[in-house]
Amino acid sequence: MKFSVALAQISPYLGNLEKNLEKCERIIEQAIRDRIDLLIFPELALTGYFIKDIVASVAITRQSLVLERLLKYSKRVSIVIGAVEETRDFKFHNAAFYLEDGKIVHVHRKVYLPTYGLFDEHRYLAPGNRIRAFDTKFGRMAMLICEDLWHPTAVAITAMDGIHYLIGISCSPGRGIDASDRLGSSITWERLNRTYAQIYSIYVLYCNRTGFEDGVNFWGGSEIISPSGEQVIKALYIQEDLIHTILSDRAIRRERLSTPLIRDEQLHLTIQELERIYRERFED
Amino acid sequence: MSVLKINTNLTRRILVEFIRNEVERVGFSRVVLGLSGGIDSAVSAFLAAEALSPDNVWAILMPYKTSSPQSVADAKEVVKATGIHSTVIEITPMIDAYFERYPDASRLRRGNKMARERMTILYDHSSLYRALVLGTSNKTELLLGYGTIFGDMASSINPIGDLYKTQIWQLSETLGVPKQIILKKPSADLWTGQTDEDELGFTYEDVDTLLYYMVDRRYSRQELIELGFKDTFVDKVHGMVVSSQYKRRLPVIAKVSYRTIDRDFRYARDWET
Repeated sequence: MKFSVALAQISPYLGNLEKNLEKCERIIEQAIRDRIDLLIFPELALTGYFIKDIVASVAITRQSLVLERLLKYSKRVSIVIGAVEETRDFKFHNAAFYLEDGKIVHVHRKVYLPTYGLFDEHRYLAPGNRIRAFDTKFGRMAMLICEDLWHPTAVAITAMDGIHYLIGISCSPGRGIDASDRLGSSITWERLNRTYAQIYSIYVLYCNRTGFEDGVNFWGGSEIISPSGEQVIKALYIQEDLIHTILSDRAIRRERLSTPLIRDEQLHLTIQELERIYRERFED
Repeated sequence: MSVLKINTNLTRRILVEFIRNEVERVGFSRVVLGLSGGIDSAVSAFLAAEALSPDNVWAILMPYKTSSPQSVADAKEVVKATGIHSTVIEITPMIDAYFERYPDASRLRRGNKMARERMTILYDHSSLYRALVLGTSNKTELLLGYGTIFGDMASSINPIGDLYKTQIWQLSETLGVPKQIILKKPSADLWTGQTDEDELGFTYEDVDTLLYYMVDRRYSRQELIELGFKDTFVDKVHGMVVSSQYKRRLPVIAKVSYRTIDRDFRYARDWET
């Protein structure tokens, strides 16, 4: 199954839902003209990142007009977008929506909310409690949000769930300047993306944001990594960019033929040992 | 030195984008800054000229009668090299008028008053030119509290506040700051013959390396001593960082309501931009 995918590396306005929606809609219309099949926006693309006490006023429900507008577009291009989701019991989640053919196909709620260093997410947001793969027109996928991807266990779950494509969206702050020509944060991310793609024989579709908020830069550098760990496309660092390519599952098939790591996974053994560890650590 | 080495091209790119972004998102297109003839304000001026175009940058030279003539000459070199606008406003009449009341005022009081006089001039020109005040304090002096609160530490945005002095030197070479400014001894130039390193009692090279391990890498006192820093040096610098914390924060507000500014009323400054 061949399809075209685009990564929209944008710089959202901080806490202005309407302006961000308009910005995304302009890009969606461009993507439709360019015959893109799947368009991916970054984490919290509709809200900006350091939203703090703004959270409640930029949150959307699954019935919201904002989502209705995006769902209409999803009949012509599948869309992944990050936003704050408000639940029926008034919890607020950092969420990723997968919209296709006018339907919400999947919502992932960020499980790992970083609350250390410059991060303060758990103060304002509720964590998600599940990680699931889902089927799309283009193959089986999973979405993870930023810090989720720093937990290899989260990625392992999606791989065991049979994905072809791992969509990672983030608001990664650029930091760690030294003698290198890349920031410390980008070096680590690029290492993770290549490692996951190669060890699970999957495509990693990584869309980071760019721009500044209160002096913090988001470094951009969005990319797609092939199942052999090679870079397929790469967006600019530090500034907005829109990049696209054609993908298909053929490369995944070839990779799994030559290196059948996924075939040889022993899920029952993993579960058995994890259960033992859980028992020993928590039930004594 | 090696731990403080920075990629100057990448740093320059981030700082230029920072200035452009943080100025334009609040509806401004210009900045105004005090140009002393020293390295920090020179670097800020070069970055601002690159970010906003020289035509959108106003430098104000504010010498006092005891300021070294070389400082003004060096500041003028920066103006020439960058092509930014400049004005000279002597602060001698204002400072001397005030201290007629206090002829015995200490050097510290006089220095602080000068720094705050300059601040009021910059903020007056902020309104006059519709320009944001660009800060020129570096990470070393901010951490040590080696600056005047509401004086030179006051600004609207600061592109160099997360760079140590030795990193500013590296960046200045990439930017093309005139050689004599890079080579001269750093000085607040508040009185004749003053130099930072004499006044502080250690070199920037040494204190930057110590601060890097202490602040950025979170080494404990014991670990710093094991690295080879003298215990007296570690304790002195730690003491300076702690005792100047108040200079780096907003005034403390007595809490009585449920939502107090900055404590439980929490918004980014770039709110809705």
